[in-house]
Amino acid sequence: MQSPPITPGGDPNLTGDRMPESLPELRSPRRIRRARRRRAHTTIWKEYRKSKMGMAGLLILVFFVAVAIFAVFSSKDGLDPTKVFGPRLAPPSLKYPLGTDNFGVSVLTQVIQGSKISLLVGLVASVMTITIGALIGIVAGYRGGAYDTLLMRFTDFGLVVPWLALAIILASIIGPSLVTIILVIGLTSWPSTARLVRSQVLSVRERPYVERARALGGGNWHMIGHHVLPNVMPVILANAVLVVAIAILSETALSFLGLGDPFSFSWGGVIESAFNGHATTLGAWWWIAPPGICIVLVVLSFTMIGFALDEIINPRLRER
Amino acid sequence: MSAIDVPAPETGLPKGAPILEVEDLHVTFRGRVGLIAGLRGQKGTRSRAVDGVDLLVRKGEVLAIAGESGCGKTTTARAIMGLQEVESGTIKYEGKPLPRNLKPYLRKVQMVFQDPTGTLNPRQTIYEIIAEGLRIHGIDRGPDGEPEEQLVARALSRAGLRPPDRFFLRYPHELSGGQRQRVVIGGALVLEPEVIVADEPVSNLDASVRGEILQLLMKLREDLDLTIVIVTHDLGLAWTVADRVAVMYLGRIVEIGPAEEVLLRPLHPYTKALLDVVPEAGGLDRPILTGEPPDPTKIPPGCRFHPRCPVVVSGKAAELGIEAACKGEDLALEEIQPGHFSACHASRQLGAEAAAAAIAAAGAAVAPEPVAEDGRTDDAASDEPPDGT
Amino acid sequence: MSVLSLKDVHITYHTASGGVPAVRGVNLEVAKGEVLGLAGESGCGKSTIAAAILRLLPGTTKVEGSITLDGEDVLAMKPGRLRAVRWTGASIVFQGAMHALNPVQRVGDQIGEAITVHNQAGEREARVRVGALLEQVGLPTRRAMDFPHELSGGQKQRVMIAMALACNPSLVIADEPTTALDVMVQAQVLRLMKELQRDLGLSMVFITHDLSVLVETSDRLAIMYAGKVVEEGSAATVFHDPKHPYTAALAAAFPEIGDRRFRGNPTGLGGDPPDPQEIPSGCPFHPRCSVAFADCERTVPELYPAGEGRRAACLLVEGAKTVATGVSE
Repeated sequence: MQSPPITPGGDPNLTGDRMPESLPELRSPRRIRRARRRRAHTTIWKEYRKSKMGMAGLLILVFFVAVAIFAVFSSKDGLDPTKVFGPRLAPPSLKYPLGTDNFGVSVLTQVIQGSKISLLVGLVASVMTITIGALIGIVAGYRGGAYDTLLMRFTDFGLVVPWLALAIILASIIGPSLVTIILVIGLTSWPSTARLVRSQVLSVRERPYVERARALGGGNWHMIGHHVLPNVMPVILANAVLVVAIAILSETALSFLGLGDPFSFSWGGVIESAFNGHATTLGAWWWIAPPGICIVLVVLSFTMIGFALDEIINPRLRER
Repeated sequence: MSAIDVPAPETGLPKGAPILEVEDLHVTFRGRVGLIAGLRGQKGTRSRAVDGVDLLVRKGEVLAIAGESGCGKTTTARAIMGLQEVESGTIKYEGKPLPRNLKPYLRKVQMVFQDPTGTLNPRQTIYEIIAEGLRIHGIDRGPDGEPEEQLVARALSRAGLRPPDRFFLRYPHELSGGQRQRVVIGGALVLEPEVIVADEPVSNLDASVRGEILQLLMKLREDLDLTIVIVTHDLGLAWTVADRVAVMYLGRIVEIGPAEEVLLRPLHPYTKALLDVVPEAGGLDRPILTGEPPDPTKIPPGCRFHPRCPVVVSGKAAELGIEAACKGEDLALEEIQPGHFSACHASRQLGAEAAAAAIAAAGAAVAPEPVAEDGRTDDAASDEPPDGT
Repeated sequence: MSVLSLKDVHITYHTASGGVPAVRGVNLEVAKGEVLGLAGESGCGKSTIAAAILRLLPGTTKVEGSITLDGEDVLAMKPGRLRAVRWTGASIVFQGAMHALNPVQRVGDQIGEAITVHNQAGEREARVRVGALLEQVGLPTRRAMDFPHELSGGQKQRVMIAMALACNPSLVIADEPTTALDVMVQAQVLRLMKELQRDLGLSMVFITHDLSVLVETSDRLAIMYAGKVVEEGSAATVFHDPKHPYTAALAAAFPEIGDRRFRGNPTGLGGDPPDPQEIPSGCPFHPRCSVAFADCERTVPELYPAGEGRRAACLLVEGAKTVATGVSE
């Protein structure tokens, strides 16, 4: 026989009360939401700041974005060979810090202007990729069944299509241009995003709190909007960063192959002109190297940011 | 008291009237088949998780559904909540079968889950978690015009988290296990339901905290006129809080009746066996059923408990002349005593008194030798397949 | 001679937010052939102690005090000796042991691994020994060829027990070995452990939060709270006649069916087990204690004698007053 039970005592909220500082009086749910979002963002930023790689990547990216913005506002006169009277194929000097090409146009001007186009194409193509990929991934992952099978086979098809061949075909139909490049990248890169998003959705879908929402009476839209999307967003974000990097690289490759706007000065375009202008044999390293280096730096910066974000996002999910 | 403790409004049904009815519920899970096998017409193994369950829950009562894992109790609870696809059978609320759109029904019948940590979205604040129910049902004002914050505060307060606004901005990981479960309960209460279905509400909590949560549930039953269905594997819990107890085995209810009757004078050998293994019952030298909890894909013929039943195994069934029935004749619940039902040939044959005695005797007859003397006496050397859940 | 002896053990985890004192001055002894039950809830430090005995805690953890296994100081052992002692001197049946099995390796191989790693036998001999072990835990020897997913929960637990016995340790530490099992299977496994313990003369430390289980399996009980032992004594007396309010509350969480006092009367403690980083002043239990008085907040109680072979860390015991308990309304 056990001894009689203890009368329950103690304030239920005394222990386990880990309130750090005083909280402002919050009455409106909107203020609560804003406060929470602010708190979430500051924590992410604080964590991000700790990552040296992340900060370095961010710095480089900010630099190039600044260059691109500068390019938007600075004059394009320097690019027109009819208005320029610089020496041809001149090595770097004070007046032309990166030298000139075979038309006498300053390479530096081309690189600066090129940043605008490369970043823009990268961005637009990525938005396309991520939108298509996320949509397909969410629908396939959430609905499951026939939808999932159908969409995934479609995705497999997308994975298999050789994007280079597609680019050439499209270029011959629409004609080589920036739009061609954007379309090609956007339409061929989404499958990997779709797979990633789908697997994340599959995992979130099974979580107990989703079941609770269903028990509360929540419908599919509520589930997707309130639970699936917020938990899938971090993955999409981390993936997005890498997608941009790949898009820029792809743009370079396609431009280099001559599928881009022949009059554009994207970095890939500059490399193409340099190649066609026999820069290497003529020893004009200042013409062919800088755009390549810029591409590497930008892609690197995105990759570093992506890595840093990934580290932050995943362990937090795990520890929570 | 402040406006937060406004008592719940009176509801329609009188106390004791049937509020929830389950009729002949069947839930089957099919195993997977490979593509080729499927094309050949092979079907997956059928796991009859719930195999014919009838239940009547009365308003204001606390009904405990007890059993081991794999017996179908959680599946039954989830079916009641509409979270589980049902193969056949009807579920009725206040006498009317459930409509296709479960949303209005779910306002009245809410669930409390087993794992308070997993059940709360780690990215939502406590406020949002509680308010979720209100938002799903489009409730932005209370019956007396109260704003959303007040409804949330009231729910938290009723669940014992006071003062409620201190919890609004916090996240689940900042709370302890007991507090999280209170949040889950609060989230269910905010809709002012009539019935709460609790699936193992305290088994994931620390032992010393359990009593408090159970106390809360009982208080809510009092104050808010709630009906509570608790799914548990712990008969001690049933003893503490339940008015009636239903014992499930392999997808069926094998005994149901008033808690004191079922737990003190069981009329089914399985119930008796479960009671015997509760540690406080005293000593490991008491009868322990052999083998693992059985497999819902291979339900034995006749009484589904007969392969492990002490009455059969000890030979008592043969003595009583019911062995053939036990092995060959499947049977449903029968009222052996007023309000006390059992699905057992022995009970059916002998009536309450004699059956209880026979069951107890059979149990003692299969009791193994005291541990010190013998070696292995229970038989895990069985080829029982892994337990299904 | 005691098989295990812990003297004034303090264990502090190292975390980003500072040191977390998980164990704050624990003394325990396990005599040869004895079963010591260690009970407590989350944050009390019992699992930490289990891991500490074989130095399985993360490298940054600070372990102070003395831990002696079979007369040898565990904390002073060199890595080579430590590795040799692990599993042969003492072995552990872990919490969630069923998930500790490698899903892609046959269970027989996993048990055999323990034997061969300690060079106790060659491959063939090990296989024979594995067969014998499986029989000892009540499984047919042919089960050695099975993969973990082919076994049920109870059977996997038996495999874990077989593994723990593989190298004939003098001490077996069982950390919540039956928590995840059904009552019926739990009873079977507990009975098995009791049989083995008696047949092989094992010394055991049985860790769990379920007091009722300990009464059946242990000779002596030690109840832990907030990193300290708050009561100890023989299993039956501690359970049926607790001297510390926490023990009483823990015991009340497992009510006996038929005990009228609990009918319709769930008893529990307010609050939660304290966070090791925020342990209350004085007696760590005082915020939740129904019989606490003024002194409890200021004075840290020692383990005061409370009867024959019993001690309890409660100021009421020190003052030889009775623990005022009563059934709530």
